Amino acid sequence: MSETGIGAAVRRVEDKRFLTGRGKYIDDIDQRGQLYAWMLRSPHAHARINGVDTATASQAPGVVAIFTGADMAADEVGGIPCAWQIHNKDGSPMHEPPHPPLAVDKVRHVGDQVAVVIAETKAQARDAAELIAVDYDVLPAAIDMDLALADNASLVHDDVPNNLCFDWEIGDKDATEAAFAKADHVVSIDIVNNRLIPNAMEPRAAIAQYEPSNGNYTLHTTTQNPHVIRLLMGAFVLQIPEHKLRIIAPDVGGGFGSKIFHYAEEAILTWASAKVPQPIKWTAERSESFITDAHGRDHETHAELAMDKGGNFLGLRVSTKANIGAYLSTFGAAVPTYLHGTLMAGVYTTPAIYCEVKTVFTNTVPVDAYRGAGRPECTYLLERLVTKAAREIGMDPVEIRQKNMIQPDQFPYQTPVALEYDVGNYPASLDTALQASDYAGFEKRRAESESNDKRRGIGISTYIEACGIAPSAVAGALGARAGLYESAQVRVHPTGSVTVYTGSHSHGQGHETTFAQLVSESFGIPIEQVEIKHGDTGEVQFGMGTYGSRSIAVGGPAILKACNKIIDKATKIVAHILEASESDIEFKDGKFTVSGTDREMAFAEVSLAAYVPHNYPIEELEPGLDENAFYDPLNFSYPAGCHICEVEIDPETGDVDITNFTAVDDVGRVINPMIVEGQVHGGLAQGIGQALLEGCVYDDSGQLLTGSYMDYTMPRADNLPNLNVGTQSVLGASNPLEVKGVGEVGAIGSPPAVINAILDALAPLGVDDISMPATSAKVWQAIQNA
Amino acid sequence: MYNFNYQKATSRDDAISARSSADDGSYLAGGMTLIPTLKQRLAKPSDVIDLAAIDDLAGITDDGGAITIGAMTTHAAVANSDVVASKIPALAALAGHIGDPQVRNRGTIGGSIANNDPAADYPAGCVGLNATIITNKREISADDFFTDLFETVLEDGELITAVSFPVADKAAYAKFPNPASRYAIVGVMVAQTGGETRAAVTGASQSGVYRAADIEAALGDGLDAAAAKAVKVSADGLNSDIHASAEYRAHLISIMASRAATAAG
Repeated sequence: MSETGIGAAVRRVEDKRFLTGRGKYIDDIDQRGQLYAWMLRSPHAHARINGVDTATASQAPGVVAIFTGADMAADEVGGIPCAWQIHNKDGSPMHEPPHPPLAVDKVRHVGDQVAVVIAETKAQARDAAELIAVDYDVLPAAIDMDLALADNASLVHDDVPNNLCFDWEIGDKDATEAAFAKADHVVSIDIVNNRLIPNAMEPRAAIAQYEPSNGNYTLHTTTQNPHVIRLLMGAFVLQIPEHKLRIIAPDVGGGFGSKIFHYAEEAILTWASAKVPQPIKWTAERSESFITDAHGRDHETHAELAMDKGGNFLGLRVSTKANIGAYLSTFGAAVPTYLHGTLMAGVYTTPAIYCEVKTVFTNTVPVDAYRGAGRPECTYLLERLVTKAAREIGMDPVEIRQKNMIQPDQFPYQTPVALEYDVGNYPASLDTALQASDYAGFEKRRAESESNDKRRGIGISTYIEACGIAPSAVAGALGARAGLYESAQVRVHPTGSVTVYTGSHSHGQGHETTFAQLVSESFGIPIEQVEIKHGDTGEVQFGMGTYGSRSIAVGGPAILKACNKIIDKATKIVAHILEASESDIEFKDGKFTVSGTDREMAFAEVSLAAYVPHNYPIEELEPGLDENAFYDPLNFSYPAGCHICEVEIDPETGDVDITNFTAVDDVGRVINPMIVEGQVHGGLAQGIGQALLEGCVYDDSGQLLTGSYMDYTMPRADNLPNLNVGTQSVLGASNPLEVKGVGEVGAIGSPPAVINAILDALAPLGVDDISMPATSAKVWQAIQNA
Repeated sequence: MYNFNYQKATSRDDAISARSSADDGSYLAGGMTLIPTLKQRLAKPSDVIDLAAIDDLAGITDDGGAITIGAMTTHAAVANSDVVASKIPALAALAGHIGDPQVRNRGTIGGSIANNDPAADYPAGCVGLNATIITNKREISADDFFTDLFETVLEDGELITAVSFPVADKAAYAKFPNPASRYAIVGVMVAQTGGETRAAVTGASQSGVYRAADIEAALGDGLDAAAAKAVKVSADGLNSDIHASAEYRAHLISIMASRAATAAG
């Protein structure tokens, strides 16, 4: 085995450039003759546009062009598409109102773009934008979901009654009703999953460039999936054929989902670059990120759990309202439905489940996938509800989980909500986490805290997620308008070094290391011999990109598949050269050997033979050693685990201190344990951030009150405890690498552990509910109200 | 940011002269508020007069019964000063918890008090410790200096040169920070100087820093922490925002005062 192969804690090769300031992000790139764009954005949440007067602005110094929605409409530019179609309970398709890249008749959220000013400098563009006179008729805003659904609500889209995008359901309603009818206990909960603002370290940015001599467009953009942008923008918005449109996503500074989506600015810049025609650069200000990057979460749910006398789960009934914002973003419709409702079994054997989701347009920034995407919302609901159920029936929260968990011998396990879990061992993760967190010693620690006038609590979350998105046929049947395979090209060079082209995209995940380890393992060569390339549609074959913890689970097997094709071909070459039968050739540790002999060829000798085919089976085999593979997963993968949080609360101030946080995650085979640990740390920071700190607040008129770091609380190092993380893996059963995915587990599993711990601490004071983020002010108020 | 004339003053007189000849000039100290305001185009000064190159505006001197801190002294310099730590440790601790390391290494005491943000820490430090603000024209008692939100008695163009803090007999600052900005939701400086007990509160009031008479009465000569905690502070006139209600702030005033009293010993 190679020392840099699977399982080795190899240091991230990309970090050398990131840590020495040599990363190349879009704002680091400049093109000859480059102009700058400034987006004029709506200050209103909802207003009719009577006119946009650009006459004075057009005369401002440095201004090259100003375009409005009318200009794009005149050019028959298409709307920003949604990549997933959901159907209503009655089978009718969801409402898909138009989403023009530049607003035409109305603005629908603060930050909606009204005009683009293109000038020689960014400052000139911004100065000129202030001279544009927009004649607005301000309309009442639909912000709160209940008010937006009311009959007298202001309509975000004039042709969408009650602002209801769709009303969807999953599960067996009748069976669930029957389960409730025979229940001994019914526990209900009303729960809000707080709206979050993603805050990638690098704001979105783009440079569009048009070459008049051949009609080619190049767009550098901060995306997690360059080919998806090429397809969506090329085919649906701008009608540019794919061979004339190149998308480059170079180093990208974090995404967390918010850079999956096709954003209007990409289409505006690309379209305008041919009008000018000069390269145009746009870099979002941080303030713009807050009001234009798709937000996450924002669910309100009522749920009920039916149990028998012994605390066995009989049925689950869930009714969710999901805020989709002003427009359908790329995956906005999929998040509250197939990434949320399908996970309602959790790790439990609940036999009957029914979930309905009303998705609501509001005059807020579009809501779409954010680290976890639907699965944190579901997990938070389930794990709060299960813990509440335990308390109400007087059962230990560990026991109620153990009693209802799917057991290791029940796999594959078909849930009542479409998914079939392939493999897992949930009781083992729970046991390990209980040990690692010294759960048994908690009461002693609680007593110590109480002697210091503090309140101590412990909270458990036993979660599952479906990731490795997704089998294309399944996704298609559920409304996806794309396949969800991944691609890889493995190009072995004549002297044995390797370049891999992957359709996955790395924006912090460490693919350049992890993927290289796969190749290192396959070929028995050190990772220094391997280079991972991604992010440029001009050099990489069509791929689907990175989201939903799919890079290792879907992108990884594609690389493995291409590597295996290389080995198969190399075996044929070796058999020819060493005059042996193919079946007698063994490949191990980078060497091809004829079994039982000392005849062997090193990997690099074979590659050289492939490119210098002097002694070569040329009649049956092409020269070269360069293979392509596409891999479509057989199933989702199902990471799961147990998170246990322990808090100490100062009842005088409401301050919550996380004293211990234990995460035991089953992520399948671990390729690089250091990167896995880093991913879990990052996810936990975001999950703890959601639970304690982060909350997006709009006022009733649709102004964002948390529009900067002065008011939106990002988690910082001093908010986090020393995280006690570990993996306890059951190898994945649905892909050849036996991996499951790790990017989202931290953000999915942790929020309910934190809130359950707080409620455990405050239960003696009579507090039975608290919403996220559980700020000190909120905790103190809950104590006062109890 | 809108365009402005940048002037780098090399002396106090140079700065004052530049400021007086500007249409709408603004002094730039650490810039921790001014620069973000300019970047968001919320201010449009004709001239920005940078004070950073004026040598004699920064520095800490021990005057025996008082410590004098130059207006351009950074929070980090105050926090790390041996003189401050030995004579008025409460002030060093206050400076050491302002904002974050970047802010502490750029932000200055003069800039902070001239801005008089109602949630800033230094105003409570100045009032609680009965400081004197020294300008190019006069010496002003901290009690008189801070007038309202972002308002002081400074006249147009008047330049703070230093702040003088009498050495307190006992003092401590307790702050409950805003989780996002790390400004004070409530901060209370409790101090006893020359036999006088003071409790100065920042972050809470709609009109900025103030002395809490009810808390001071409860603390008394013995800095009675339990008595301070027992004070029911009225929520009238206190800030209420997405981070904290007026009632929560009122409650925190007693708690922070009590904790400061305990720490002050």
